[in-house]
Amino acid sequence: MALLDVSNLSIHFGGVKAVQEVTFSIDAGIVYSVIGPNGAGKTTLFNLITGVYKPTSGEIHLDGESIAGKSPDELARRGVARTFQNLQICMNMSAIENVMVGAHLRLDRNLLKAALRLPSLTRRDAELRDEAAELMRFVGLEKYIEARADSMPYGALKRLEIARALAMKPRLIFLDEPAAGLNPKETIEVDHLVRKVADSGITVVLVEHDMKMVMNLSDRILVLDYGKKLAEGTGEEVRKNPDVIAAYLGAHA
Amino acid sequence: MQKRAYFGLYVVIAVLIVLPFVLPNSFYLDVAIRMAINAVIVLGLNLLIGFAGQISLGHAGFLGIGAYASAVLPTHFGWHPLLAMIAGAVVTGVLAALVARPIFKLKGNYLAMATLGLGIILSIAVRNEAQWTGGPDGMPVPAFGLFGFELSSDKQWYWVIAVLLSVSVWASLNLIDSPFGRALRALHGSEVASRVVGVDVVRYKVAIFVMSAVFASLMGSITAHYVGFVTPNLADFFHSIELVTMVVIGGMASVYGSLIGAVLLTALPQALATFEGWETVAFGGILMVCMIFLPKGLVPTLASKLGKGE
Amino acid sequence: MLAQLLQFLFSGVTVGATYALAALGFTLIYNASNVINFAQGEFIMLGGMLAVFFAQSGLPLPAALLLAILVPAVVGVVIEKLAIEPVKGAETVTLIIITIGASLVIRGLVQVWLGKGTHSLPAFSGDTPIEILGATLLPQSLWVLGVTAIVVVVLWYFFNRTLTGKAMLATSYNRVAAELVGINTNGVLFMSFAMSAGLGALGGILITPITLTSYDVGIMLGLKGFVAAVLGGLGNGLGAVVGGLLVGILEAMGAGYLSSAYKDAIPFVLILFILFFMPRGLFGAKVTDRV
Repeated sequence: MALLDVSNLSIHFGGVKAVQEVTFSIDAGIVYSVIGPNGAGKTTLFNLITGVYKPTSGEIHLDGESIAGKSPDELARRGVARTFQNLQICMNMSAIENVMVGAHLRLDRNLLKAALRLPSLTRRDAELRDEAAELMRFVGLEKYIEARADSMPYGALKRLEIARALAMKPRLIFLDEPAAGLNPKETIEVDHLVRKVADSGITVVLVEHDMKMVMNLSDRILVLDYGKKLAEGTGEEVRKNPDVIAAYLGAHA
Repeated sequence: MQKRAYFGLYVVIAVLIVLPFVLPNSFYLDVAIRMAINAVIVLGLNLLIGFAGQISLGHAGFLGIGAYASAVLPTHFGWHPLLAMIAGAVVTGVLAALVARPIFKLKGNYLAMATLGLGIILSIAVRNEAQWTGGPDGMPVPAFGLFGFELSSDKQWYWVIAVLLSVSVWASLNLIDSPFGRALRALHGSEVASRVVGVDVVRYKVAIFVMSAVFASLMGSITAHYVGFVTPNLADFFHSIELVTMVVIGGMASVYGSLIGAVLLTALPQALATFEGWETVAFGGILMVCMIFLPKGLVPTLASKLGKGE
Repeated sequence: MLAQLLQFLFSGVTVGATYALAALGFTLIYNASNVINFAQGEFIMLGGMLAVFFAQSGLPLPAALLLAILVPAVVGVVIEKLAIEPVKGAETVTLIIITIGASLVIRGLVQVWLGKGTHSLPAFSGDTPIEILGATLLPQSLWVLGVTAIVVVVLWYFFNRTLTGKAMLATSYNRVAAELVGINTNGVLFMSFAMSAGLGALGGILITPITLTSYDVGIMLGLKGFVAAVLGGLGNGLGAVVGGLLVGILEAMGAGYLSSAYKDAIPFVLILFILFFMPRGLFGAKVTDRV
C-alpha cells in the first residue's frame, strides 16, 4: 500500500481553481517530485497535504488513514514535515533554536515545569540541543551552530529549514523548492543533501524548478499544469510524454 | 548566552538587597515598591506582547479584578484576604480564557480591539457599582495578614515584593529557554512554520494570555493591600496603555527590558509632576520620541549597539 | 411607546453619524498604512474645541468651522510626517504607542491652552425641535445626518471615480504593487491622514451643539469609532458607516431601555459579541495566508 494516497483533490479560491481533481500516490521510501510551470498549483498542493489549506473536495490518506482537512499540528503528529518556498524562519530566535522547535512534539511542553526549570526538563533540553547541533552538521551548517538566524545568508537559511523539518523525525518530508535562489555550487550541495535525507529512510516529496536536480533525484514525477495533473511517471516517461513536452519541458529540453 | 542571561538575575537580586539601605527616605521606598510591582506585571505582559507577539490593551482590567476582589470580598463578605486574592485570580483566569479562545484565532488589530473592549467594560463596571466598589471615589482595602502575622510597614512589603520580583525574573528566564517558551517565540517568528512543526498555536496564545492576566490580577490584589485603597484608575484604559508602554519602551522580548521599562515609567509621572499642567504633553511626547528613535525599546537597542562595539 | 423608540433612534443615528465619520477616518489610515490611529478621537475633540475657539474669537461661523477642519487636517499631516513615516514597518504595538503618544500630546496641549471647561457651539439653524410622531428631532441632527450623507457620497465618488482615489485604494490592496505602477504611496499616506483628521474634526464640529465638548471627549469618541470600524470589518468603508450608525443606535437603545449608567460600555459589549461570533466583523473579507 502506498504511504500517501491523494484522490480527486481540489481547492478553489473564489473562482480560481488552484488545484483540480488531482490524483496520485506515493510509495514509502521514494523521492517523488512535483513539477510544473509557475502557478501550476505545486505549492498549493503542498499546503493542502500539510494542512495549511483545507481542500474544497477530494481525499488524502496517509497510511490508509484519512487526513484531508486535518490541522497542521495533527499532521505533524503523524510524521509529516515540510519546508517553505518563501522562507519561514523565526528571525527572533537563534539558528539552533529554530531547529529545536522542530522537535516540539517530542518534548515535555509543560508550562509549570518549564517555569520552575525542573532538572528532568533541562536535561532533556540539553540532549535536544546536542541532537539539533548534530542535525545542523548533517545539513552542512556546522559553522552556524552558535549563530543568530537573522545573521545567516539565504542559502544557509534554506538548509536550516530542512534541519528543522528533520528534527521532527518525520516519515514524509515535503521540500518546496529547496534550491530556489541558490548558486550552482549550493544547488549541487542541496541535491546531495536531499539524497542523504532519502537514504536515511524518509520519503521525500520535492517541488523544484531545477530540472537536472529533479531528473537526478526523482523516482517518480508528477507534472501539474493549471492545477490539473498533466502526467505522472518515471523521469524517462515524463520526459517522453508529448503533453509535457508541449506544455512545459519543450521550452527547456 | 544563557549564562549571561542568568547573570542579570544576580544583579537584580543584589540591587534589590542593597536598595532599602541606600534609599534616603520612605518616599523613595514607596516608589521602589511601586516599580517592583509594575515590573512583575510587565514581565508577564512582555511574555505575551514581546515574546509571543500578541497585543493586549486591556490588562489593567485584569489588574482591577484582582484589586477589587481583594477590596470587596473581605470588606463586604468577610472573606480572608488570601482567599479573596485567589478568587480574583481564578475569576480573571476563567474570564481571560473565555474571551481568548475565539479572539486568538484573529490577528493583531482585532485582538487589540477585543482586549481593549474587555478592559473598558470592566472599568465602567467598577465605576458604576458604587454600592460595592465605592464608585469613582474608590474604597479602602483591609490589611493583608497570614497566620496571625500582618503585613503593615513598607519595609515588610518591600521584602515580600522583592522576593516576588526575583522569583518572577527567574521564572521568566526559565520559561523563555524551554520548549514552551521556544514555541511561544516561534509562533511570533513564523506562525505557519510553528503550526507545521506541531505547535497548537491557539492553545499557546491562550495559555500565555491567561497566565499574564492571572499575574496582573494577583499583582492587582497586592497593589490593593499595599496601598490600602483602590480607585477605578487602576483598571482604566490609560493604565492598560501605561503597562503596554512599559513593555515597549523597556524592550519587547527582553526580560531586563521589562524591568527597565517598569522603573522608568513608574518614575516618569513623579518626575513630570514638576511640569505643572504640562504632564500629559510631556508624557505623550516622550512616548512618541522613544518609539520613533528606539522602536525596539531601550534594552534591545542598547544591547545591539554594545554588541557591535565589541 | 413608538414615540420613545423613535426618540432613541433619532439620538442614536445622530451620534452614530459621528462614529461613522470617525470610523471612516480609522479605515482611511488603516488602508493606507495598516496603522490603527488611536489619535483619531482627538481630531474629533479638536474639531469641536477649535470651532468654539474660532467662533468665540469673533470669526464668522463658516470661517470658524472651515478653520476648525483645516487645522486638525494639518495636525494629522504633521503626525504622519514626524511620527508615522519614519517608523514604517514597525510592529503593530509600536505604532499603537506612537499614535497614543500623539493623542496625549494633542489632548495635553488643548488642556493647557483652552482649559478643562466644557464648551458649546450654537446650533447651525436654531434650536426649535421638529416633532415627528411624538418624538422630537433637533435641526442640528439633520445637519449631522445630511453632512455625513454628503461626505459618504463624495468619498464614494472620490474612491471609485477619481485617479487619486483609485490610487489610494490600490495602495490599500497591495502597497508594493502600487509602488511598482508608480503610485506615490507616501503621498497616499499623507492624504489619508489629512482626510481622516478632517473627517474626524467635521464630526466633532457637527455634534458639539448637541453634546457639548471639552478637552477630554476624544478618547471615548475615538474608541467607539474604532469599535464601529471593526464592527463593519476593518478596512471596509461602507462597513465603517454601517458600523458607526449601528453602534450609535444600539448605544442609544441600550441607554434608554437597559441602563444609562452602562451607556459607554454598550459598544464594547457589542464588539466582543461580534468578534466572538463573526470574527471579521459584519463585512470583513476572509484572508488566506500565502506561504
